[in-house]
Amino acid sequence: MGQTIAEKIFSHKIGRQVRVGDFITAPIDRVMCHEGFFPAASKLAANNIDRIWDPQRVVVVLDHYVPSPTEKMAAVHTQIRQMVERYGIEHFYGEREGICHQVMIERGHVRPGELILGTDSHTCTYGALGAAAAGIGVSEMAYVLATGELWFQVPPSVRIDLTGRLADLVCAKDVSLVIAGRLGAEFAQYRSLEFAGEAVAAMSLSSRLVLSNMSVEFGAKFGIFPVDHHVVDYLRSIGVENSYPITPDDDAVYENNHRFDISEIEPMVAMPHSVDRVACVRDATGEKIHQAFLGSCTNGRIEDLRVAAGLLRGRKVSPSVRMLVYPASALVYRQAMNEGLLRILSEAGAIICPPSCGPCFGSHGGLLGPGETCIASNNRNFKGRMGSPDASIYLASPATVAASAWKGAICDPREVL
Amino acid sequence: MSIEGRAWVFGHNIDTDAILPGRYLSAPLNEAARHAFESIAPDWAEAVQSGDIIVAGRNFGCGSSRENAPHVIKHLGIACILAESYARIFLRNAIAIGLPALMVNDVSSLIMPMDKVHVDLDTGGIQVQGVPKVIHAVPLHPQMKLFIEAGGIEGILKTWGERKHE
Repeated sequence: MGQTIAEKIFSHKIGRQVRVGDFITAPIDRVMCHEGFFPAASKLAANNIDRIWDPQRVVVVLDHYVPSPTEKMAAVHTQIRQMVERYGIEHFYGEREGICHQVMIERGHVRPGELILGTDSHTCTYGALGAAAAGIGVSEMAYVLATGELWFQVPPSVRIDLTGRLADLVCAKDVSLVIAGRLGAEFAQYRSLEFAGEAVAAMSLSSRLVLSNMSVEFGAKFGIFPVDHHVVDYLRSIGVENSYPITPDDDAVYENNHRFDISEIEPMVAMPHSVDRVACVRDATGEKIHQAFLGSCTNGRIEDLRVAAGLLRGRKVSPSVRMLVYPASALVYRQAMNEGLLRILSEAGAIICPPSCGPCFGSHGGLLGPGETCIASNNRNFKGRMGSPDASIYLASPATVAASAWKGAICDPREVL
Repeated sequence: MSIEGRAWVFGHNIDTDAILPGRYLSAPLNEAARHAFESIAPDWAEAVQSGDIIVAGRNFGCGSSRENAPHVIKHLGIACILAESYARIFLRNAIAIGLPALMVNDVSSLIMPMDKVHVDLDTGGIQVQGVPKVIHAVPLHPQMKLFIEAGGIEGILKTWGERKHE
């Protein structure tokens, strides 16, 4: 019987054909830990477990509390450095490299067909490279670090068929918001979302990363793209050869199939406080904003900075807006520097920030005060997400974020004159 | 194994930022727990008693993989969660720390705030005091029960650690 990508990956991992609903224990190809490495590895240490199953398969990246906002987190970082050495972990990226998911992709730690877990819900991002990747908590990570395996229940797969092509200034983020708006924030609960269709074949890796990243916001376990030449060429360019060109079987069985013609999509926003409270930007224009956040694992890549810089070249960010630009990694930062994008954004009045998660999850680096409104290129707008529970967050594409920063209010990027 | 306690009823889509706001992620558990559900139920953390039960609608625990979310719930004394559906990462985290989380169809319309509820974790049978009809939860799969009965992954790791000294 035909298999979906998730079914193929699980079958390959355990050496027999799986079916939806099966409970299995599977070996893990790689794990990613951000500052979550501290509580996870501490559990090993507390129980005299002095070896990690395979240190080569562990990647540790500091990104959520970078640069350290408190003395306490600086101490945590110190302890992580000690643990990384104690457990013999080579793939350690300290504070200078950027957001964990971006680093994993850039440094070749994600390969098609792999089963990857991370201490962050947006680990699903790696699905863009054909990996079955999901977030777990620190106790489960401790278990995996000790044993190299974890239990799973094989999820049903749901297919998202994309046709057409994006209009000018419409981004992959707008596609994900349309999906959220039409199907709801729970439509993919415990499902493997699989993207397909002619639009996927034409889609850049950067756009695929957005859609895979946002999958968890719909409840998905995985958000997977088939592997094609875009993926293979990218991996080759960073020195990863022999990629497993994983695609679903023609007779794979999906629980559901949702079609979207992306030619029809316009710039969108997710209104406070839910990703599925979606509206066209043109219906939300005029809402005054105090902060514009361009960054995060969702939309902090060079393509996103280019779009924003393109709109803000020769223009100014509204005096009533703080625009924070958080490139997703040091590589993105340097490339943006070389392309002159940081100069354009800075001259426009944006604040260029260190490659890191920043204020995305409400810890530091640009939080919101009571009564404030932020338009953000990240992935969650729950109440209180970025600071005061009395603040409001609109999710949007990098184009819409930049346009709104210029206008001082929510603004359709196509209106920027 | 069974649980008996008062029910606290929440709605749909209770997210992990509501359960534990980002600014308390690095706080000690005691302190973080004081702020649990703060933005949606400001006095809840103080009012919860050991043995109480959370009843919720769909998509409970949506959002982040922060394990502190089920931790603060357990720390405050909640003995089990009954929800119509869960975000998977949250569900797995609850099981991983030994906090029983059961799926129950329509539960937020079947149980009222402060109802006294008895939950049989083995059969999934739920009895509300004063209501004759038993409500049926989807019983925990043996794979998940394993972790609950071991006291979560901490319990399992502890066993391995102790074994090493034998």
